Amino acid sequence: MLNVKGLTKRFGGLAAVNNVDADFEKGKITAIIGPNGAGKTTFFNLVAGTHKPTSGKILFQGKEINAMRADLVARLGIARTFQTTHLFENASVFDNIIVGHRLRTHSGFWDVMVNSRRLRNEEQICRKRAMEVLDFVGLADLAPRITADISQEARKRVAFALAMATDPEMVLLDEPAGGVNPDETVGLSELIKKMVVHGYTVGLIEHKMDMIMGIADKIIVLDHGEKIAEGSPAEVRSNPLVIEAYLGSEHAAA
Amino acid sequence: MKYLVQKGGWLILLLLCVAFPLVSSNDYQLYVMSLAFIWAIAASGLNLVTGFTGQLNLAHGGFMAIGAYTLGVLTVDYGVPFWIAFLLSGAVSAFIGYFVGIVSLRLKEHYFAIFTLCVGFILYLLIEKWEALTHGTSGVIGVPAPPPIGPVSFESAISQYYLVLFLLVVSLFLMHRIVTSLLGRTFIAIRNSEELAEALGINLMRNKVLSFVLSTFFAGIAGGMFAGFVRFIGPDIAHVMHTFDMITFMLVGGIGTLLGPIVGTLLVTWLTQSLQFLQDFRMIVFGPLLVLLVIFFPHGLVGSYKIWQVKRAAKRAAEAQQAGTPIQSKSRIETNASGEGVGEEARSNA
Repeated sequence: MLNVKGLTKRFGGLAAVNNVDADFEKGKITAIIGPNGAGKTTFFNLVAGTHKPTSGKILFQGKEINAMRADLVARLGIARTFQTTHLFENASVFDNIIVGHRLRTHSGFWDVMVNSRRLRNEEQICRKRAMEVLDFVGLADLAPRITADISQEARKRVAFALAMATDPEMVLLDEPAGGVNPDETVGLSELIKKMVVHGYTVGLIEHKMDMIMGIADKIIVLDHGEKIAEGSPAEVRSNPLVIEAYLGSEHAAA
Repeated sequence: MKYLVQKGGWLILLLLCVAFPLVSSNDYQLYVMSLAFIWAIAASGLNLVTGFTGQLNLAHGGFMAIGAYTLGVLTVDYGVPFWIAFLLSGAVSAFIGYFVGIVSLRLKEHYFAIFTLCVGFILYLLIEKWEALTHGTSGVIGVPAPPPIGPVSFESAISQYYLVLFLLVVSLFLMHRIVTSLLGRTFIAIRNSEELAEALGINLMRNKVLSFVLSTFFAGIAGGMFAGFVRFIGPDIAHVMHTFDMITFMLVGGIGTLLGPIVGTLLVTWLTQSLQFLQDFRMIVFGPLLVLLVIFFPHGLVGSYKIWQVKRAAKRAAEAQQAGTPIQSKSRIETNASGEGVGEEARSNA
């Protein structure tokens, strides 16, 4: 689904991502792990078009998307979430989601001026889609609530819902379980699995090892911008390089 | 009935404005009110790009001046009929706005604000120095008043008042359409987070430029009406001070709300008028009032009311759920038209 070859991003002299190859298979959960500053989020930013790669190739469904603008990447079907989602705090959760489907609509300024049939139809479609995705992430009950009042976990789910409202093929999740408690993390894991069951391909950055080991089909380990290991959770867990770079102290303690 | 309750605030305000000439004691009050309406149109244009789209445009006064000078120069020097020149005042302002927009919107946040501040000053200087076109510091004198449309003439103060009020109502109607539509939601998404909006597939540049051009169109129309109403225009109208006045109107009424700039403009105008007897000392009263307002109503008067309203609605929805009556259908959810929300800018600008 998504194939990355020799991806490199330099900020001045620093190579934030250095010559990384990665393949994200359709219908699978591919996780990217690594210590802080390993280049995980930069990797997502490159794929999603937020940053332009210095060199390398990014192929999405066989189409080259390097250096494509972020909004066009989203149209092609790659949605993403951020570590922190900036929502419109003084509006309802439902209101926040509606705009997520905007990229699949075509109404422009003149539709607005004459309040065209197309505009009214598309607004209905956006509302319908918003309710569907809220239902999917289990927040249907929170839809009318004001966004400022919802919990951190609910925010994460809203971020998922927004990403799904864009009708993506693939979803990149940046630390979806950051700042939520262990029980809630389990709930979010279930949600990610549910997304895969419904045909989404998932790319995942996460620090919580329990979660990663439990749901990832494949793990890619980055350290100082370079890929140091790749494989199934079991393979990565036993890889000495990985233990040294990242899991070391944790494993020693265990 | 429910419709009436929902739109109650609007109706009351409209009725008050329609009835105002009947209770006002002299033409001067009508004049002040009409002028306030013109400023309100311009302020609500600024509100579209700043309050709803999150781009603080400090050249807004300059675009109002472009509108005013378009009408003034075309009618006085080139004998263009008033109403054609009036439409052109919006069009010319939007046309120039487009080119300023595609350049300035490449910058973000403060840089954009500083850049537009400079653009505003350049517009001011251009108007002041380009004597061949703008008559320089002596200004354009003898701008014609709005001529009659069919049987309706605009000679008396009352008829001019209603003309300006009509223009304000039409402007607000269009603005309402924009901000409550998918387009408005797109603008609001950009205001909340450009990063997130772009990840949701929104073309930032295109939408920001559209919002900018629309706001300059409103500024131009307001400027054109200003010229036809005051009958004289000088370079002072392009002064950046006017932009800051409009920002004050927005903050007082509520940035990022439809009604906010209107309420703010009327309130500040009348407050300034009623403190007239203090002359320059009125700022001693006005300044602290503004500070208090920003402290206790950071979202402005309308904005704070809207938030209270949204919170109450959300609370009721929550209580209804706890009482065991789950939301039955998707369409039941009453969304508080997102356009009516309040910008985060309110805080940072304050």
